[in-house]
Amino acid sequence: MRTRRPNPWLSGVAILAFTVVFVLPFVFVLFTAAKGQQEAALLEFSPPTEWRIVENLRAVIEARDYLLVIAFINSVVLTVASVTLMVVLASMAAFVLQRRRSRLTGPVNLLVLSGLIIPPAVVPTIWVLQGLGIFKTLLGLILVEVAFHLSFCVLLFRAFLATVPRELDESAVIDGAGPIRLFFRVVLPLLRPVTVTVIVVQSVGVFNDFVNPLYFLPGEENATVQLTLFNFQSQFETQYNLLFMDILLITIPPLVMFLFFNRQIVAGMTSGAIKG
Amino acid sequence: MATTVETPPTGQRESRPAPPGTGRRMRSSYPYWFYLPAAAVYTALFLLPTLAAFFFSLTRWTLFEYEFIGFDNFVQFFREPALVKGLTNTLIYAVVTCGLKVVLGLLLAVLLTSRVIGRGFLRSVVFFPVLVSTIGVGITFTVLMHPSEGAINQVLSLVGVDGPAWLTDPSWALLSVAFVDVWKGVGLATVIYIAGVVSIPREYYEAAEVDGASALQRFRHVTLPLARPATVTVIILSLIGGLRSFDLIWAMTGGGPGFTSDVIASVIYKQYQAGFYGLSTAGNVVLFLLVSAIVVPLFWFLNRREAEA
Repeated sequence: MRTRRPNPWLSGVAILAFTVVFVLPFVFVLFTAAKGQQEAALLEFSPPTEWRIVENLRAVIEARDYLLVIAFINSVVLTVASVTLMVVLASMAAFVLQRRRSRLTGPVNLLVLSGLIIPPAVVPTIWVLQGLGIFKTLLGLILVEVAFHLSFCVLLFRAFLATVPRELDESAVIDGAGPIRLFFRVVLPLLRPVTVTVIVVQSVGVFNDFVNPLYFLPGEENATVQLTLFNFQSQFETQYNLLFMDILLITIPPLVMFLFFNRQIVAGMTSGAIKG
Repeated sequence: MATTVETPPTGQRESRPAPPGTGRRMRSSYPYWFYLPAAAVYTALFLLPTLAAFFFSLTRWTLFEYEFIGFDNFVQFFREPALVKGLTNTLIYAVVTCGLKVVLGLLLAVLLTSRVIGRGFLRSVVFFPVLVSTIGVGITFTVLMHPSEGAINQVLSLVGVDGPAWLTDPSWALLSVAFVDVWKGVGLATVIYIAGVVSIPREYYEAAEVDGASALQRFRHVTLPLARPATVTVIILSLIGGLRSFDLIWAMTGGGPGFTSDVIASVIYKQYQAGFYGLSTAGNVVLFLLVSAIVVPLFWFLNRREAEA
């Protein structure tokens, strides 16, 4: 650890091992997605004899009346709407929680922690959604995602708010700002770094979520991408090339997020984690 | 004026009382109704269902009407072999994944904070699977782990090892899924550990080196104890995740062969599909109690030890 120069042996072994363990599975996905149907069925780890990316892409998009396109739209709407709500609701709550110490602070903190630990009760949630008339609707699923991810967002915002000086609030108040102006015009813009982190981390989480759509948004026509992928598994049993093309497509959005926001993602996941 | 400034590192643990007067003077600037939108969604879709679960777990339930049957659902949960198997599997799965993530995460973090070539590449490569769809990972590894055609067993046979049937062998199925879970999740443990290891002051290592400590001794007596907060985080996070885990198991084995890789979360789903809503909800209550019974004391114990040390 203290050697001044990198150890070439160790480095070589590490790079080789990491490539085999962590990169090759993705290469396998890419290869299989580009193969013809018969070649893919062999399940072999080999480059395709003939690259058929475009044909496979078209086939998987057109499958079942463009179901995948509808699923992508659903997933994007779900992700954007729920993450927007999370940011607004969590930052407002975290603002009061961090700034105003009172009898409520303890209980609210306890509720936030419970949200991280307690596994959500499935059927009773369906019962509530049905009572509200939003079971099997995208709106219902959006609100469920918000409720289940709120705690984590509040923790991130609260930790960051602790670094924003109170003098700022005071001078804004002296200048005549009410609570709404103070928060949305003065404080929220200062929370930009943590807001980016929350948006990126939660977008990836909601986009990849399988369990909640499975329970709360059943039905073919309003499937999300993860559900479609799961259903394709039984449906494309003999068409591994199309199945893996679907996996490839679903991996692209997180990959783009990762390439642009690697630092924010890691910061968010580790800082939020340390509070847990 | 200076008293109103928060000190960031301790800001998370709000145990100290607020400076007197601050709350009153600022009252109108931090109104309680800011809690309201968040509280409404959280109460309706999280707190209320969690509390209602305790009641409905004692009933035979169709969502529209219920019949109170006492503890029958729980009796069934602890008597039917398929359901008991789910309980023990949940514990095995959580302990195996948690243990491997702690050990591998720490080792990888030590490696990735040392002077190796291509450190940035290696860090990215370990972390990326964390962000990938669990279902996608599940399907990919289901194919790679195919007993005869799968790439993993093909490679093993090249070096003369007869690989197990992985997902189709009842004694391997749960462990196989656990390994894939570790493959996907170890990146998170690693970055948490990296954050912990990087925050250890260099002086400690220099002092240990001056005293003639070997690399192993420095790891054992400097890195390990000082990375303790990271260890606590990794243990708690991976236990919570492992106990609740559902999607990877569902995508890879569906609880099979038979019910040998069922966990509580998959039992909950199966009972829900079969229309046994009361029994399914009882499963949720069992899972809730199990998670609380393990995580809360552990959290308390680990943080206490940390405070003493």
